[in-house]
Amino acid sequence: MSAPLLEAQDLLLRVDGRTLVRGMNFRLNAGEVWCLLGPNGAGKSTFLHTAVGLREPQGGVLRLAGRETAEWPPAEAARQRCFLPQNFHDAFSASVMECVLLGRHPHFSRWQWEGEDEYELALAALQAVDLAGFEQRDVLTLSGGERQRAALAALFVQDAPLLLLDEPVSHLDLHHQVLVLQHLVELARYQAKGVMFTVHDLDLAARFASHALLLTPQATVLQGPVDAVMTESALCGAFGHRVERVQAAGRTLFVPD
Amino acid sequence: MRRALLIWLALAAAALAAFALALASGSARLPPLDLLQALLSPGDSIAGEIVTRLRLPRALAAFAVGGLLALAGALMQVLLRNPLADPYVLGLSGGAAVGALGAMLAGLGALAVDFAASAGALLAIALVFAFARGDLARRQVFGALDASPRLLLTGVIMAAGWGALITLMLTLAPEARLRGMLFWLMGDLNGVESWAPALLALVAVLALSYPSARELNVLLRGEVLAHALGVRVAPLRRKVYVLASVATAFAVTTAGAIGFVGLVVPHALRLALGNDQRMLLPASALAGGTLLLLADTAARSLLAPQQLPVGIITALIGVPAFMFLLTRRPGKAAA
Repeated sequence: MSAPLLEAQDLLLRVDGRTLVRGMNFRLNAGEVWCLLGPNGAGKSTFLHTAVGLREPQGGVLRLAGRETAEWPPAEAARQRCFLPQNFHDAFSASVMECVLLGRHPHFSRWQWEGEDEYELALAALQAVDLAGFEQRDVLTLSGGERQRAALAALFVQDAPLLLLDEPVSHLDLHHQVLVLQHLVELARYQAKGVMFTVHDLDLAARFASHALLLTPQATVLQGPVDAVMTESALCGAFGHRVERVQAAGRTLFVPD
Repeated sequence: MRRALLIWLALAAAALAAFALALASGSARLPPLDLLQALLSPGDSIAGEIVTRLRLPRALAAFAVGGLLALAGALMQVLLRNPLADPYVLGLSGGAAVGALGAMLAGLGALAVDFAASAGALLAIALVFAFARGDLARRQVFGALDASPRLLLTGVIMAAGWGALITLMLTLAPEARLRGMLFWLMGDLNGVESWAPALLALVAVLALSYPSARELNVLLRGEVLAHALGVRVAPLRRKVYVLASVATAFAVTTAGAIGFVGLVVPHALRLALGNDQRMLLPASALAGGTLLLLADTAARSLLAPQQLPVGIITALIGVPAFMFLLTRRPGKAAA
């Protein structure tokens, strides 16, 4: 059995003396989709940044495919995991196609230019996020949701075994939220990718994720299959707000008080 | 790739045409045939003397300085992720100017002025590097914060400080020296003899920055994204800063603080041809060189025998061109 795509052991994360995460343990394997839940400021982005190697853990270990995140050479890491940041702003114009092609960067040798294969990949990725026909549009003219989908397309062409996404659907409308999350689930199921995404919509989390990682303001961490983690009492404790869990239309829904 | 080659070929052809124009214009009229003969076999003829000793060195210097400034501007715009950045935005020309004007004030010769200008430029580079150490020298990108605004702020404050020193020196300068000092500040290619260092610097900076061109494309989209795509962000930003600074220092030491080439050329090329640095870096060098060569030819022929500082010409072209680009932008975004 190969090493898990992402594995935390007794992980400790601290920012400016504040402990955000204590004693985090989990193993994310290929084919699993994890939602990362927690209130604002609980450390969701901090954890993802640590997994991407933007910062180091203050204790414990975090392993990417069996090797500590800090030990990965940047270019190799970029072929092992990809990351969608929460915010990005574009200062310069560029076509949607150019932005999506940048996702292939880790796979290029230094002097290589994009060829037909890369264009095919990029077109397929744009199709997957419902942006077919947007190739020549300037990214500065896109709406927030369209920009987010273009960034997702760039992530898909990066084609890494592990996808880490910080609020991938925050700017998307109903239809595209479902479309994107459905695509992530399919990547996990048919291409054995591992996925971890943060989301504030508990209904979407329960519907699409197989596992959940719940961060609390007390720095404790709950982890496991979605049904086991997303209980009324655990959610209420983490968010400080009463939540009722109901079954309707064949799904699990969460109704805040 | 094919498109980039075509663009470079077209710009190279324009550069050659500009060279031909620069060598042909001047107070001594030279028909094309004489010009060609003078270039191929200078011999002892007066035409050969004029072309190879006067016009060619000045043309080469103009081309090299323009190329350096445009290349430095393109790199600075990537480093600061700001389309309005130019080679002087971090205060480098200010440092060089303080050095050069100080040497002029002391009544030193041309060589000492050049030397003092490079010393001032180096000091300015080192100061920004020291103050922005946290941004340029750290090994990791911490958090999601974009470091470029802080680097920009550091440079802008430094530039303001140099500006005050320059004004102080102009205030203290005796009348007789003032004219030379003003010409230096506007940028002037009159009497420039040494074109070789600037041209070598242009080739070197282009050769060193070009291998990182695709990484610069990624960096332009943000530091966090660049890191996620496997770019070593901090070393790359340091490299870009050093290369842009060296390019600017050579340009400023050769011809003074010529404005607008470094701002307008990369910006206009981006708008017209796209923002792929693999195409843009060589294109900037060629187009910047061509533009300054044409501007310098105009500077010495418009009011001949009176010579204008070339910086005036570039500013007179640059200001309206830039205003046009600025006002055009929102319209383009809405389209």
